Amino acid sequence: MTEITKPTPSVPATPQVDTPFPEGQAPLIGMPLWMVRLRLLWRSIKTNVAIFAENPIGLIGLAIILFFALMALAHPYFMQNVWNRNIYDPVIGFDASIPFHPSPPSSAHWLGTDPLGRDVLSQLMFGTRAAFALGTVAALVTVIIATTIGAISAYYSGIVDTLFMRLADLIIMTPTVTILIVMSALFDIGFLHLALIIGILGGFGGATIIIKSQALTVKVRSYIEAARVAGGGNGHIILRHIIPNLMPLSFLYMMFTVTGAIGLEAVLSFFGLLNIRMSWGLMIYTTSYSGYLLDMSKWWLIFPASLAITMLCAAFYLVGRALDEVVNPRLRKR
Amino acid sequence: MKRFLMRRISQNILTFFLFLTMIYVLVDAQPGDFGNLYLNDPRLTPSQRAVLRARLGLDRPVLERYVTWVANAVQGDFGVSFSNYPRTVLNVIAERAPRTIVLFLTATILSYYVGFMAGKVLAWRRGGILEYSTTVGGVTLYTVFLPWFGLMMIWFFAFTLKLFPIGKFVDPVLWRRAPVDANFVFHRLLITAAIASILFLVWTAISARLNQSQRGPARLIGLGVILLAVVGYWLSTGVGRYALDIVHHLVLPILTLTLVNFAGTMLLTRNTMLETLREDYIMSARAKGISDRDIRDKHAARNAMLPVVTAFVLAVAFVLDGGVITETIFSWPGMGLTLLQAAQVEDIPMVIGALVFTGLMALTAHLVADVLYAFLDPRIRYS
Repeated sequence: MTEITKPTPSVPATPQVDTPFPEGQAPLIGMPLWMVRLRLLWRSIKTNVAIFAENPIGLIGLAIILFFALMALAHPYFMQNVWNRNIYDPVIGFDASIPFHPSPPSSAHWLGTDPLGRDVLSQLMFGTRAAFALGTVAALVTVIIATTIGAISAYYSGIVDTLFMRLADLIIMTPTVTILIVMSALFDIGFLHLALIIGILGGFGGATIIIKSQALTVKVRSYIEAARVAGGGNGHIILRHIIPNLMPLSFLYMMFTVTGAIGLEAVLSFFGLLNIRMSWGLMIYTTSYSGYLLDMSKWWLIFPASLAITMLCAAFYLVGRALDEVVNPRLRKR
Repeated sequence: MKRFLMRRISQNILTFFLFLTMIYVLVDAQPGDFGNLYLNDPRLTPSQRAVLRARLGLDRPVLERYVTWVANAVQGDFGVSFSNYPRTVLNVIAERAPRTIVLFLTATILSYYVGFMAGKVLAWRRGGILEYSTTVGGVTLYTVFLPWFGLMMIWFFAFTLKLFPIGKFVDPVLWRRAPVDANFVFHRLLITAAIASILFLVWTAISARLNQSQRGPARLIGLGVILLAVVGYWLSTGVGRYALDIVHHLVLPILTLTLVNFAGTMLLTRNTMLETLREDYIMSARAKGISDRDIRDKHAARNAMLPVVTAFVLAVAFVLDGGVITETIFSWPGMGLTLLQAAQVEDIPMVIGALVFTGLMALTAHLVADVLYAFLDPRIRYS
């Protein structure tokens, strides 16, 4: 945007040498505020992406996540256009043309069929959708709770802070895997329940403490003081000044929560404790109760799902590690 | 320091009561109750059922049951386990907990040692192909689907190579004519291991006073003497064969756990090392012309150790938590497997007992970690 097209003739065309902006960028004077914000956001995103891209580890993780995302997106398309619903449905499909199941990989079933005659590839792709959905819900719940509580308890401190921090202590103390196993053995836990439980446990637990300590460092910065002097209320300061500065760290915690959620779901499904339709963990459970668990000649029953769990968990963890270097300047190379 | 300790301990007691309450609410909120176990028996009349429920105290209000339960729990009375019928919960825990603790303590110590050593080197050689491949490999192992990885280890080492037994605690064929029972041998094994490690630690502390060139050989000789003494003791008891069998069963789970867990420590060490390497004293050590190895091991790594030590203590707290998966895969009869089996057959007293025990361990470890932190880092003062 140049000076000529601007509807603000009152602003004189200042010579470029005097502006503090790098060459090639128009001065921000006279621009609407939202556009300035947008530009600042764009610039910070650009620098952060550059830091992120320096680290091949994060890129490897991102590539794996993209691969799985494509798989998840491709499943509905395949079901609609390529595959016969009666044969390839991940839950109720059955291939009657093959006399004995599980059958090894063939041109019709690229990863073979499971002991119940269902297509393994279709199950794997359907399970990818389930894993992404579970991870996203759990991570969102964790981050929303942790960021809100972290910001509030850092800002107000006192009794609110004590209350939430003792609660966090209590939750950190509880053994997650064990509690979830007990809960899923006693209650009927479905997919959404599990995502919510993991999200809530994570949100009130460890993530809150870390985000709160970050919020404490934000709280004492001078722009918070300036906002208060300018007449900003508590709600305004928390929402507009503290929470946006916690976002990078929250985003980092989303990645680690996704890893944890996918792993937990797989373990609980593997023990047969969840009430869900289809997931990677359930595929392994099916293999296990059919007695093919240690039968390496039937590798297609256990390898695809296990490798998928491992790879997706590792990918999110690697991305989280790379983001850590973006968020934490002390870890950067420069 | 004393006041801080008192405050932390009183806080911990409060937290522990909250934890007890939480467990009680969780278990009490389940659909149905113990009384439903009698529903399966069609010979019982409704009035008999009512009498049985009254005897179990299930007809009382929730609050009264809760108070009774907490009063009993504080005295260490968690009732009788349903699935191990005549034995009390405490008795079962006393038998199973040492097995879990030995397995996971050994694995945790090993994985922290390996992880610390690897992380040290990783931070030093930042940006190389070695770092990237080790990180990706380590993270893959760290986030691996543990049941599958355990099965692969069993399949490869136990089934194909036949190096180790496939699972369980002892080999029943060997033990059929054994003069003593497994717990007897196991407890002796524990005591010897504890004495040997204490002796070694004391010897390490003593040999630290020697000068640089004598230190290494002195430690090696000390280790050799202690190991010889242990082996000699077991040979003389006559049940060494059986002790060896238990140790043999321990190797594969420990190897698996170490492989899975070392990456966490490795990455933590790497990060704290990277922060330490920016400090001024590293620069001055370089300026003095100290060799790279000495800067890495003596100046950087020691200061980077602090978060690792804390993480280690906290990891010890959760040995029972991670136990469920590993113990199920390796059929290791410890707390985790006991808890899972109890939960599956709704053996409520056993489940509660195991959970309380786990929580107690976690709480104690948190306290120890806090106090240790204050001791290790003089910059932190609790006043």
